[in-house]
Formats: sequence, C-alpha cells, structure tokens
Amino acid sequence: MAEAGHRGSGIRSDCWIRFTPADRGIKLKLTSKVAALYGKKIEKQVHANLTKMAVSGGRVEIEDQGALPYVISARLETAVRRSGVPVSVSVLPETISESRAGKKDRMRRSRLYIPGNQPYLFINAGLYHPDGIILDLEDSVPPSEKDAARVLVRNALGAMDFMGAERMVRINQLPMGLEDLAEIVPAGVQMILIPKCEHKDQILEIESRIKGLDPPHTIWLMPIIESALGCFNALEIATASNQVAAISIGLEDYTADLGVARTRNGTESLWARQVVVNAATAAGIQAIDSVFSDLSDMIGLKESSLEAKSLGFEGKACIHPNQIKVIHEAFRPTNNEIQKACAIVSAYEKAKSEGLGVVALGSKMIDAPVVKRAQLTIKRAIETGDLKKDWQTNNTPSK
Amino acid sequence: MKLVKNKAGRWVPEKINGKPGIPFQGIGVHKPDGLTAGRPVRSCADYPADGNKIVPDLAAALEKCGLKDGMTISTHHHFRDGDLIANQLFQHAADAGVKDLIWFPSASFPCHEPLIEHLKSGVIHHIEGSMNGPLGDYCTSGKMRGLGVLRSHGGRYQAIQDGEVSINIAVIAAPSADPFGNANGLNGPSACGLLGFALADSQYADKVILVTDHLVDFPCIPWQIQGNLVDVVVVQNKIGEPEKIVSGTTQMTRSPARQYIAEMTARFVRDAGIMKDGFSFQAGAGGTALAFAIHLKKMMREAGTRARFVRGGSTQYLVEMLEQGLTDYILDGQTFDLEGVRSMRENPSHVDTSPFTSYNYHGKGNFASMLDTVVLGATEVDVNFNANVVTHSDGRLLHGIGGWQNCLFSKCTILAVPSFRGRIPVIVDKVTTLTGPGELIDVIVTERGICINPRRKDLIKAVRRTNLPVVDIHQLHDEITAICGGPPDPPSLADRVVAVVKWVDGTVLDSIYQIENPKLQHPNSNKMQI
Repeated sequence: MAEAGHRGSGIRSDCWIRFTPADRGIKLKLTSKVAALYGKKIEKQVHANLTKMAVSGGRVEIEDQGALPYVISARLETAVRRSGVPVSVSVLPETISESRAGKKDRMRRSRLYIPGNQPYLFINAGLYHPDGIILDLEDSVPPSEKDAARVLVRNALGAMDFMGAERMVRINQLPMGLEDLAEIVPAGVQMILIPKCEHKDQILEIESRIKGLDPPHTIWLMPIIESALGCFNALEIATASNQVAAISIGLEDYTADLGVARTRNGTESLWARQVVVNAATAAGIQAIDSVFSDLSDMIGLKESSLEAKSLGFEGKACIHPNQIKVIHEAFRPTNNEIQKACAIVSAYEKAKSEGLGVVALGSKMIDAPVVKRAQLTIKRAIETGDLKKDWQTNNTPSK
Repeated sequence: MKLVKNKAGRWVPEKINGKPGIPFQGIGVHKPDGLTAGRPVRSCADYPADGNKIVPDLAAALEKCGLKDGMTISTHHHFRDGDLIANQLFQHAADAGVKDLIWFPSASFPCHEPLIEHLKSGVIHHIEGSMNGPLGDYCTSGKMRGLGVLRSHGGRYQAIQDGEVSINIAVIAAPSADPFGNANGLNGPSACGLLGFALADSQYADKVILVTDHLVDFPCIPWQIQGNLVDVVVVQNKIGEPEKIVSGTTQMTRSPARQYIAEMTARFVRDAGIMKDGFSFQAGAGGTALAFAIHLKKMMREAGTRARFVRGGSTQYLVEMLEQGLTDYILDGQTFDLEGVRSMRENPSHVDTSPFTSYNYHGKGNFASMLDTVVLGATEVDVNFNANVVTHSDGRLLHGIGGWQNCLFSKCTILAVPSFRGRIPVIVDKVTTLTGPGELIDVIVTERGICINPRRKDLIKAVRRTNLPVVDIHQLHDEITAICGGPPDPPSLADRVVAVVKWVDGTVLDSIYQIENPKLQHPNSNKMQI
C-alpha cells in the first residue's frame, strides 16, 4: 500500500489518499470536508478513474479537504503508482482551453513561483496577473514528493486557469528533469525553466527529449545560470537552440557556489548578472533577473528591480503575489523613455521613407541597435497601456 | 408542524414555540399597530435607600429575582468568546433544580459549548439567538426541545420592544459599575467598549442583574446602563477573559486573495462615485472588510476626501481615520480592540450607539438606511442576489445574523466574498437559507469579477467607463461551478424545522431544517471568513 497527498486540519484544497492493491473489487472509504456537497461525485470520480487506469481491485482511503477534481485525480494516480501497480493510462482532466505556443519575446516582467506540490496555491495564482506562472518541480518540492508533484503539475497545466499568464514549469536538474519532461510536455506547458544550467549539451539533450515526446506546439526554454561555470558558458547556453527564449540567473545558488554571502547591494554577483545580460543580448533573447527574497521589504524590491532594469534585465522572478505590482511598476518604461523612443523611431521611419542611409535625431546620429531598442520600448509601452497603438498618427503618449 | 409559503417563496412554520408567527410579507410591508411593551411599575420603597444593591453572589441574585421554571433569561455578547457569565448563571440554575428556561442571548460563542449539557438535562428548553459550532450542531441534529429563533441585532431589539419576547431576568455583565447599578463598558479589566446590546434588556426586562468585576464608588460615569433599571448588583473576581473580549491589536488579513477582493471593493466605491466629501460607510468585522477599510482610507487620503461618519465595529484602523481627520465621527456598535476602547473613552467624536439607534426597524427611522455604503460578507449568494449568512451549503448552522440584515438597507449594499471557498461554491443557484432578499443586495465583489444587481441601473451606468471587471452573475456562477467539478448535491435535510430566521420586522423569513445524516458533516467544515 502507498499514500499520496496531504491531510490534517490545516490542509486546504488537497486530499490524502491511501491505496492498497487487491485482486478484485474496489472498496472506498471517504471522509471529506465537502462530503455533503460532493461526496457522491468524489466517489463516482474515483471509481471512474480507477477503471480508466485499468485498476480492477484495491482499497482506497481518502481524507479530503476540498480538493478540486484534478487534484484528486493526481493524488489517486500517484498513490496507485507508489503502491507498485503500473498505470499505463493516466486520467487527464478536461482542459480549460487549447494550449498554444506563446510568443518567443512576450513580456516577462514577472514570473510567480508556485510550489508544485501545494495545490492550494494554484487556485488564485492567475488573479494577480503575473506575466508568467511557474509551477515548480525543483527546489520547492521535497525529494520524496517529486513524483507526486509531477503528476499534479501535469494535471494543473490543463485544468488550472492561468488567466493569461505564460504557463511555465521549472523542471528538476538533469537527469531527473527528463522524467519531468515526459509528463509535462504533452500537457500544455509553454516555457520550461532549466535550473543549474552549465553546458549547452544540457539544452541539446532537453531539446531532443522534447522533440521525441511530440509536443503540441513549440515550447520555449529558459535556462537558469546558478554557478560560476554556468556564467562562463552563458553564451553557448543562450545560443544552443532556437527554443531558448530567455536566460536567467539564480543568485542564491550562485553565491553559494562562490562561497560568499548574498548582500543587499549585490557587488558579489555584479559580474554574473552582467554576463547573463550580455549573453542574452548577443543571442538576441531576454535576460531575466533573480528572486528578491525579503517579502517584507517592498522598497528593497523596488530598488532591486530598478537596478535590474538599468543593467539590461527585462524582468524578475517573484515568490509572492504582493511583489508583482512593485516589479511591474519598476519595469514600466518611464514617460521620458517613451518620448525618446517615439522620437527615435519617428526619425528612423522618416529617414527610411526618404531613402536616407543615415538616421539623425537633431544633430545626433542614431545607430541601428538604438533604433532596435527604441522599437522594443515602444512595443512594451503599448503592451502595458502606456502608449496608444496609433501613437504615430496621434503624436502624444497616452499618459 | 404546519408550514406556509411566505412572500419570498420560502416555507415557514405558522407557530413558533407556541406563539403565532407572521410569514415574511415583503420589504416594508408588515406594519404593526399597538403599543410597545412596558415594564412593571416599581416603588423605591422596595429598593435600598442608600443605593447599595449588592448581593453576595450570582446564585443569591438569581434567587432574589425569583428564578423559576420556564423563565426567559437574557445575556449580551459584548465579551464575545471571553464571556463567563452565561455558563455560570445556567450552572446556578441547574444547581437550584430549575428547568425549561429559554436562553435569549444577543449572540453565542464557542465558549458556550458547556450549555449543551443543560440543553440535554432539561435546564434549558431552547435558545433564541445565534447558535454556532457545537450549539449549532445540537440544534440541527434536532435535539433541541423548542424551535431556535435567529434574529438580527435590530430584530432582537424589535422583538423585545414589541413584546414578542418577554425577558424575565436580564443578566448584564458590566466591566465597570457602582453599587446602584449604573454601568459602562469603558473601564475595568474586562473593558469591552460599550454595552449597547444590553440596552433593551435593561429597559424592558422584568428583573435586571448586573455582574461586575470592577466596582466603583457612586457615580459610575458615563452610565451606559442606568442603575434606575437595575434590581441587584453582584461583584465577583472575574466576569470575562480579557484577551478574548478585545484583542490587543486587530490584524488585517494576510491572504492575497482577500486583499485583492478588498482592494477591488474599495476601487468600486471610489469609481462608482460613492466616495466623496461627507459620505458615510460601514464595514463588517472580518478580515476582508477590514482590508477594504484600509484601502479606502488610502484612496480617501489621496483624494482629500473626508467622511461625515463611519460605522463600526471599531478597530485601530477606524480610530486612525478619526484621529487623522478622515471622518467627523465614528458611530460605534461594538469595539473589537483596545484602541477602539481607548478612543471611545477619550474622544467625544467616537460615539456609542445601540441596536435601537442603529438598527431597530420598528421605530422612527434608524441609522443603517442612511449609510451611503456597507461592505458585508456571506456564506452564499444566489444568481438572484439573495444571500445567506447563517448556514453552510450543507445546512449546518454557521453564523449568527448580527447587524447584517439591518445593514442591507444602506444605499449601496456590497457583499465582498470569494466566489468559492475550497471546493464549496459561494455563488449558487439558490441559497440554502434565505437571510437577505436580493432586492436589497446591490453589488457582489469576488476575486473573479464584480456583479451588479440589474435593478441598479444607476450603478451599472456609473462604472461603465471604468476598467472594473464587471461580469454577469450567471456567467460567474457557471464558471465556478465548472471549477468545482459540477453543481454540488443539495443538502440532506429532513422535513423537520429546527429553527427559524426572522426578518428585521419580526416576520418569518426562512426555516432551518434538521440535517438528515450528521455523519456526513466533517468536523472541520469551513469557517466563514468575511
């Protein structure tokens, strides 16, 4: 027999299931916080799932604290597998909407980490409108629960309402990460975060494994640099594959690798952060900054975000919904930046239409990278609503 | 028991504990004539001339007041879960062999669980007042001998005033009192702020016992309860648990989802044009309502808006508003923390109110209908905007009505609720128990969108150009029903009525039924968080 899930009076939106295999016949014992409302439906679901999984006999004990159907499915499947009964057909929940590939360079100002084995936190994650939601299989999941989290996250990818956020999963370090891929690739993940990335071979292996799993659409990759070696190999990692859409830095593990403390002003990680930004720029992809872990320090978060922006990062990771607004505000293009960008792009368009080879703004020459950067600023400003789409005819920014 | 269908389409008993009940007639329809109840004329000849009404102890007081079988005994709930008096008095009654008493509290709390023994043994016949937790389960399991009656704060005052309930003995726990019986809630180790919930009891009860742990020399000023209405005074070591009466500080909710709902509610109040100079508002007691007040305060400060009055449950946050000049007055029904108590004691602009002034429907107006907006909670809201606060979707008694029904008369009534809790839909097809008719409920703010009652075309128009997430309530209902895995099964209820819900005018709004299979009720059923 084996168990999966969580139980106890402090648990919410999860359940605990113990499965004892038997030759024939299903016996079910259910106690549930919602027994009066959904007891019958839960029993029906468990029977149906076991049939679909081709499990013909067993004793199922459930202690439920209001778990949603896709969570019950996940816990049941994990309990059955752990008991040694092979499951050839997983029961996937009804998907909310068809998964499509996200845009490679979509806005990634904020990405909210959600521990992949705590379904209570899945329910409202989308409400706070981070640009991305990461269902994490790595550091927030204890080793004994990796298998459970994998199945739960797979189910959540289809059944959870991301409310427009990018569907991200942080897999485990290789080789365990390859097992994660088997579950999540067919399930609608849009971006995979690869922790502790040090060699381009890791990217190639993951890319090849994804291909073999017949993904429904292109899946972007975001390697996370978390060591000195990773820093040195940042460029080769960033250019290893077309699927790499962004590259990030993990400062907790990086500073641990160096054997130094992580300080508020971050001098110890300045080179590493700049390496990541430079590798991203050279590769034509986004650079994303690390987590700011002091949840009570919103001023520090703002300063850290502004610094990240000034270094060339396009976003940060967050671990609590309260951080999202602060981060978005910091990464917003300022009025000044928008006006400047509009002026540059206007000058560029004008020069182009007049067939001129050189773009000038006043007495200054404007090079191609500057134009490119201005175009990106305008693109972002439109996305955040700080600039109207028709600004060129309108002539004034919307703020 | 014969049931009739009332104007809200709910089935209610014709007779309640032997007396005829009037089924709900509609809002503002039932208007009684006749006089209010009175109390017996007394003579000073029968009371101590030196103004010293102290008797040795509570047992002696009950005996002196002639406690006997079948009497109605009332208590107030200003001490919340820190009350010691109700349990003590019924223990004395049990010791004296008295039975069939009716307990008429202004509300009950988990600390009153020991009273179940007295219900079982026959000392208490039934309870007319909120019953939650174990007391509530006792009621819905059908074991109580009489029908429970749930009333709002205003409804309780109305029932006493109209003579619907005749209190034989009122036992009033008083944080500070003099030997004559003047009392207040402001001073003493068990200070709770005010004693408004005991006002009607003091005015209309046949006999009034005051119990205090902080005796002062005459006069006890201010006299929130007047000694001229009091028969005997008891002084004992302890009347309540101070840390459960008022908290040291009130903490705002940390839940991001509740914060989100609170902020959205404040944005609605601002963007619909309700927030403006001279406006008034009230927020309920729970975490979301408190967070709403804090968000609104920030918006008021940014806009330079000053309210004329805010109604409490007062907490440090409301007190800050008063002291920072964001409102002219706090009109306070009960204080929840030490800051509220201090402010009421020190600040003449922090005024104590009672269910008479705030909520009584059978009077010449009340404060609740004058409020520009109120933010409340609910256990369920249905697609017709009817709402429930007293039972869970499984039929269990969860919560008293409090001032909730009375507050529905505000100019803009807002329910700030999550769209589902755990796996339990809050937006439902039809409420399990009707506590508030949909005509009075204007706006529902959830984390998945804001629903405006179609009757309120003015509010719909007011927010049209804002970017507030207004959604159709039927759509929201479908969405969360799908998330929860389909519609929930209806509760397993027997045909037997165990309690009734009264409306603010004393008519009978809905029935509460015995739960058929109590084994299905999980001991950890959701607590309502507002």
